[in-house]
Amino acid sequence: MNWMAWTLPTAIFFSTIGSIIVMMTVWEIKSPCIERKGFLPISTTRGDRLFIGLLSSAFLHLFTLGFTSVNIWLALIASVIWLLSLMRWG
Amino acid sequence: MNKVQNNKAWWLVLPVFLLVAFSAVIPLMTVVNYSVQDIFDQNNAYFVGLEWYQEVLSDPRLQDSLARQFMYSGTVLLIEVPLGICVALMMPTRGWTASLSLIVLALPLLIPWNVVGTIWQIFARSDIGLLGYVINNLGIDYNYTSNSVDAWATVLLMDVWHWTSLIALLCYSGLRAIPDAYYQAARIDRASSWAIFRFIQLPKLQGVLIIGVLLRFMDSFMIYTEPFVLTGGGPGNSTTFLSQTLTKMAIGQFDIGPAAAFSIIYFLIVLLVSWLFFTTITHLDKDKVKEQSHD
Amino acid sequence: MTRNKRIGIISYSAFVLLPIYWLINMSFKSNEEITGGLSLWPQDFTFANYQVIFTDPSWYNGYFNSVYYVVLNSIITLIVALPAAYAFSRYKFVGDKHLFFWLLTNRMAPPAVFLLPFFQLYSSVGLFDTHIAVALAHCLFSVPLAVWILEGFMSAVPREIDETAYIDGYSFGHFFIRLFLPLISSGIGVTVFFSFMFSWVELLLARTLTSVNAKPIAAIMTRTIGASGVDWGVLAAAGVLTIIPGILVIYFVRNHVAKGFALGRV
Repeated sequence: MNWMAWTLPTAIFFSTIGSIIVMMTVWEIKSPCIERKGFLPISTTRGDRLFIGLLSSAFLHLFTLGFTSVNIWLALIASVIWLLSLMRWG
Repeated sequence: MNKVQNNKAWWLVLPVFLLVAFSAVIPLMTVVNYSVQDIFDQNNAYFVGLEWYQEVLSDPRLQDSLARQFMYSGTVLLIEVPLGICVALMMPTRGWTASLSLIVLALPLLIPWNVVGTIWQIFARSDIGLLGYVINNLGIDYNYTSNSVDAWATVLLMDVWHWTSLIALLCYSGLRAIPDAYYQAARIDRASSWAIFRFIQLPKLQGVLIIGVLLRFMDSFMIYTEPFVLTGGGPGNSTTFLSQTLTKMAIGQFDIGPAAAFSIIYFLIVLLVSWLFFTTITHLDKDKVKEQSHD
Repeated sequence: MTRNKRIGIISYSAFVLLPIYWLINMSFKSNEEITGGLSLWPQDFTFANYQVIFTDPSWYNGYFNSVYYVVLNSIITLIVALPAAYAFSRYKFVGDKHLFFWLLTNRMAPPAVFLLPFFQLYSSVGLFDTHIAVALAHCLFSVPLAVWILEGFMSAVPREIDETAYIDGYSFGHFFIRLFLPLISSGIGVTVFFSFMFSWVELLLARTLTSVNAKPIAAIMTRTIGASGVDWGVLAAAGVLTIIPGILVIYFVRNHVAKGFALGRV
């Protein structure tokens, strides 16, 4: 596994993503979700909203990093708020 | 079709899941790991945080090749989609000519990509190639190895030659699925051939066209081998596309960190675009199901 | 109308065939003739270029290597994709749509992104420079497409057939192999065609994952560029030989190709 060059931050990153996916799966088995329409223009399931949230957060980080001088942690906080509101009202 | 809810179906998908996870997830994680470190060799790697991302995003070389890439993919789609539809409309529908034209059209798709490059290298050179020779004899100064406009045109022409068939074959199969009754009704109404195309054929082609555009966009977005063989990315950097820049960075200069950061950005763009296409396709399918249930 | 169509399709076919003809033309010429001047057909017809390839093991082994991993890739693809496609076409299960999308994104992933880790991964498990490594790497692209195509074909088979078979007391395995697979045989043909196509034409991964024993023909072709310039004749002959397997495959599936290109989706 040496060649994979793990670091602590990336390990935390992947375990967070991994545990979110596991939790979503358990939640889905316990109470299957129904597609609904929130403020997004298309009707989505929980998983769809998670994906949209993660992908848009990634782009938000890239934008902050490349084109502004704002601290990256602010982008992270903004992403978490965005992800949660997307899950709830999206 | 009504599908049955059954989580045991996971057992059937498991082999695919494991296989693809082995060759996709592990490498992807590795790329992410590389992208936050400065790597000299196996045992000397230093954590640098998101520095590479910052560097890559402001690197003019990469911005150029990204812009070039979008322009290339856009041009390719603008030429190949209309041309492919035209070719599909012209293809014979029955008899041995139909089989023959299918085989001829499919031919470029089955040639290894580096051989495609070689074919055009041989075909377009001004000294030994038919195309280059003819163009030069028409009084136009053409040399794809030294003039960047010529190089662009040649790479584009090669891509059109190589991939228009895919769009054409997709549309051809879409056209075959239209029942004869539609055409008979149009004949009774004395519909012009434009009207037939606009109101009968084009709507039926929607589904296959989206697949075609998706495949073409993605494949042109990761084009590597053909221009590498044909022009080597030159003259200058005029035909150096994303994949080539990336490969040069990772293998040529061994700048693993920046190359990995760049890979992640590349992958995110691809992910976004394929998600947009996929959502469109599934929503179209859903509308179709709704329509049918109304009938 | 029909006349214009015929002219149109003939001129497009000419556009497709002309560069290929030029390659074939070159392959029967000697290098002196190629660089000496332009001629529409070989003035001095020679098989020497092909002789070089057929007598040198490092050349013809390249073909065997390529064919070997392509066949291996098609077999693996079919074995894993068939049950998965059946699951996608017949059942709803947790995460099915996301799994399907995730598979497709791998078809879209640029090989250049995976180049380095692939090399490391296959080296670390001791598969570097083996045919199976290239076959597995190509599975990343062929399996998603295969699942997509097969799912389309399978969805076209009515469910009642499955149910009747179970009522008649067939086991799943017996039903799947004896009754179901023959119904989608054209889909299987098309899937093999596509796996073949994407594995045969790919070079970047195949070249990165091999050095000597499993080196594909496409990588060997770069040898023709030597100190004294390019050996155009041999290069052309090698190119012609790589086209032939493609023609054979397309000939066998020509009747199903139209449907297959729509990924079973029309």
